[in-house]
Amino acid sequence: MELSVNHLLGIKYITEADIQLIFETADHFKEVINRPIKKVPSLRDITIANLFFENSTRTKLSFELAEKRLSADVINFASSSSSVSKGETLIDTVNNILSMKVDMVVMRHPNPGAGVFLSKHVKASIVNAGDGAHEHPTQALLDTYSIREKLGDVAGKKVVIIGDILHSRVALSNIFALQKLGALVKVCGPKTLMPKFIDKLGVSFEPNLRKALEWCDVANMLRVQNERMDISYFPTTREYTQQFGLNKALLDSLSKEIVVMHPGPINRGVEITSDVADSKQSIILEQVQNGVAIRMAVIYLLASKIKHNED
Amino acid sequence: MSQKVLLNATEINIALNRLACQLIENHDDFSNTVLIGLQPRGVFLAERLKTLLEEEYDIENIKLGYLDITFYRDDFRRSNKPLEANKTSINFIVEDKRVVFIDDVLFTGRSIRSALTAIQSFGRPLEIELLTLIDRRFSRHLPIQPDYRGRQVDAIDGEKVRVSWKENDGEDAVYLVKN
Repeated sequence: MELSVNHLLGIKYITEADIQLIFETADHFKEVINRPIKKVPSLRDITIANLFFENSTRTKLSFELAEKRLSADVINFASSSSSVSKGETLIDTVNNILSMKVDMVVMRHPNPGAGVFLSKHVKASIVNAGDGAHEHPTQALLDTYSIREKLGDVAGKKVVIIGDILHSRVALSNIFALQKLGALVKVCGPKTLMPKFIDKLGVSFEPNLRKALEWCDVANMLRVQNERMDISYFPTTREYTQQFGLNKALLDSLSKEIVVMHPGPINRGVEITSDVADSKQSIILEQVQNGVAIRMAVIYLLASKIKHNED
Repeated sequence: MSQKVLLNATEINIALNRLACQLIENHDDFSNTVLIGLQPRGVFLAERLKTLLEEEYDIENIKLGYLDITFYRDDFRRSNKPLEANKTSINFIVEDKRVVFIDDVLFTGRSIRSALTAIQSFGRPLEIELLTLIDRRFSRHLPIQPDYRGRQVDAIDGEKVRVSWKENDGEDAVYLVKN
């Protein structure tokens, strides 16, 4: 088995078989990262550039750790301290980096489609680590992997994604991944934060949080992305919390035990209260650990398609 | 494709008993010894030996683990398909233990080289020995030799040694396969 693609640009571009292959490979890497020595030499002749044109802590650290656990050489780049501010174009920046013999690029960029654009113009494997409000494929893979780990399977499970769907790349990638794996998906949140054509994705909108939670097996709580909001989408944070925040009283009043997820960073007390985030129904920290295993699997499988010993 | 039987079920059984006795000679009650079956094909041999040692020779509490060497191989990205891993499960401490690697066929020695690297991720063993059912002579790429061998075989390039196990392939037998 090998991946059907040479880049991971979005969940939209990969198949269910690809996702299952990534999961099976991640199972092995999860065992590796729990060993006394958490490193394998597979990628010792691969160099990876992490290009972050937008801020990130979790994703950047997780990718860097995954790369180092596979023994790849890693170079890091953050746009705030680079020549991008001097007016260099994306292709120029990346080609300059690639001329230093880099095999793979992990990129986060504020513009949707930046990864797709780059993959057409440079000769390297591209991994999308988030492009604007478009896709964040590795997050969706680790989310669905965590559901599979917790509930045994993703197929047939009911997942509700709650919060700011409009500005969320996590939501879009999750919807694609969940549907490819056979899960049922609903979204919940203020009407103003719903994309106009969400029903075209085969996802239904539930405006009432309690009804959404009663329906689901898994609730994925998203952060309100204030930094992406150019206008007011809801009156006050307090009102948002009252209508769409998940607290312990609400969670305990449900007729069954649901699994609570959050891709981070958490705004404690806004979309989720501390006692819920730290409860045993929450798998937030498992998500973070699985993130390293999933990213190792993605990088390993993409790197196995790079040929050094030919041409 | 033609094939010749190198060992039949009875001969395999004799070889397994001899290997078990040789292990006992060197490892006594196995209190400081761990057996490591190399994935994928060494696992069957390792499980057989463990059962034999426990049931026929009354040795208790033999520690057996499985080691997958996929991520340590030196031919990553040299074949057209990605290398697929198998399960590693070592639920004991390897530090300061006498480790016995168990594999069905020793050919180029490259798998064993990878296993020697891989086991270091679980600690620093006191010593490492190698047990193989079949030792293909004159085919080594590396200076690696077995400490215990079931049968030595001369096979030329293009020939393959195939080990079948009852629990996996329906019969106990070793074949020399010519293309």
